[in-house]
Amino acid sequence: MSAAINSGEALLSLKDISLSFGGVNALSGITFDVLKGEIRAIIGPNGAGKSSMLNVINGFYHPQQGEVWFDGALRGSLKPYQIARQGIARTFQNIALFKGMSTLDNLMTGRITKMHSNLFWQAIWKGKAEKEELKHRERVEHIIDFLEIQAIRKTPVGRLPYGLQKRVELGRALAAESKLLLLDEPMAGMNLEEKEDMCRFILDVRDEFGTTIALIEHDMGVVMDIADRVVVLDYGKKIGDGYPDEIRNDKRVIDAYLGVAHD
Amino acid sequence: MFYRESGDFKSSYAADQQTFPIRFDRIAVGVVLVFAFLVVPFVIDDYWEKSILLPFLVWAMAALGLNILTGYCGQVSLGTGGFMAVGAYAAYKLTTGFPELNMFLVILLSGGVTAFVGIVFGLPSLRIKGFYLAVATLAAQFFLVWLFNKVPWFYNYSASGMITVPERSVFGIAVTGSGAPSWATYLFCLVFVVVFAMIARNLTRGRLGRSWMAIRDMDIAAEIIGVPPLQAKLSAFAVSSFYIGIAGALFFTVYLGAAEPTEAFGIDKSFLVLFMIIIGGLGSIFGSFVGAAFMTLLPVLFKNIMVAGFGWPTDLVQHIIFMLVGGLIMFFLIVEPNGLAQLWRVAKEKLRLWPFPH
Repeated sequence: MSAAINSGEALLSLKDISLSFGGVNALSGITFDVLKGEIRAIIGPNGAGKSSMLNVINGFYHPQQGEVWFDGALRGSLKPYQIARQGIARTFQNIALFKGMSTLDNLMTGRITKMHSNLFWQAIWKGKAEKEELKHRERVEHIIDFLEIQAIRKTPVGRLPYGLQKRVELGRALAAESKLLLLDEPMAGMNLEEKEDMCRFILDVRDEFGTTIALIEHDMGVVMDIADRVVVLDYGKKIGDGYPDEIRNDKRVIDAYLGVAHD
Repeated sequence: MFYRESGDFKSSYAADQQTFPIRFDRIAVGVVLVFAFLVVPFVIDDYWEKSILLPFLVWAMAALGLNILTGYCGQVSLGTGGFMAVGAYAAYKLTTGFPELNMFLVILLSGGVTAFVGIVFGLPSLRIKGFYLAVATLAAQFFLVWLFNKVPWFYNYSASGMITVPERSVFGIAVTGSGAPSWATYLFCLVFVVVFAMIARNLTRGRLGRSWMAIRDMDIAAEIIGVPPLQAKLSAFAVSSFYIGIAGALFFTVYLGAAEPTEAFGIDKSFLVLFMIIIGGLGSIFGSFVGAAFMTLLPVLFKNIMVAGFGWPTDLVQHIIFMLVGGLIMFFLIVEPNGLAQLWRVAKEKLRLWPFPH
């Protein structure tokens, strides 16, 4: 556990969040927080409302009830791109890369909230636009080095294999240099080796960039290893919240999700 | 062999992301530009101007515009003809209303007017996508043409309802009207096309272009990453309409001289430009030029071969050309659905490795 968590300062806290679609209650009365510098896992069976939770956090869904506090301030009703500007980036369960663009362009798009040159300078290119482009290119190259994807820099991402696409998507979220990174099943569909790589990247992201991470993952081995704290959802309700060891032995969590080993 | 990138090392990011990273490309483009600016104006005659070069330049401009909207930003538009009409009528009102105004300025302002109209008709794109948007832009096409037919102010209350361009000059040389020399009209259009092709390249490779492509490839992810959809889509509509407006203004002032909206800017023009960018390559500046060349020059080439070469009757040749061009469009779309630009890209990749493909 890193030192930052001990300070106990919450980067994000959700208070009594309820979200429903018509008659279906996707989330009801969820309260939890994510501390600065922490890796926070959200687990639960399918349909528990984990992805809805992330969608609430980055403003894609607006909860009918409850408060979202981010970085010390109550968040009003904002559009997703405004929330991105505040410093929340995410990856998706099904890869949502820009398939027609190269790896480099995908990562550069991740930095779009940090680029400001206007239409006129963009058209002229020489001068402001180029300078800005080169500045951000350097940052993106740093991330390319970090994720070891130098060789596919100019390859259209549509041509890349699944595991690499997942990595590029992580890179795109990293490029935003956000305060909070949301990862929706970053290891789904990966083999053991790819999972190990991804775990290493996630831990390194936290340690090198100081990013706070909230992730959804089904691989319990991974979750228990890398998460600092875990929150468990089931049918839109919170049924567990605590350190991995507590969760592992929690009766309700075992009943709802983890199950018992046959012995 | 001669076309290669081995040994062409880049030592800075600026060099790595230049428009033509391969030396041979840079030389080739340079040669073409020098030829277009310094040789063609001296050898151009009326036939080459009116049948080949002007149509190619004007349609290349329109294709560039539509490619920004459809190819880069993924918003299908069938309003191209209508937007060209806006450019043409804006140019007409400006040349007749302000006779002193420099022709360059007239064309640019016409583009500006069209950009504004484009934004207005782009508003539905915030709610509707794909084919539905195409239908919405179709409304723009019919409404605009109807408007220019119906409101006499637009055609200065002329009895015929036609608009005719007055003679205007740039630096003392006429570029519009029947007295304009071929080389002058050609150079006038060429300057616009070259400058705006470079601008299109710059816009599409930077922040703005990436936000357009992000919207095209996955709009939800784009928004969550921080691309404001409203700004991205409307800026694409504005820039695209600006280009198309310029194309329309050039088409009317320099090429046609006189125009009637239903005839000159009908729905067939919208489809023509759309075909150009589909065949040339969506999301490619080079593809816009190839597509424009394919659709404007191929019929001329066939006509020359069959009428002048084989001595066949003109009306028969006309019909054969329809079939031939149609057949070729299908052929190329089957061979390479991503357009001729993609075909060229693949050829370049092969050429780079030739003669050792592995």
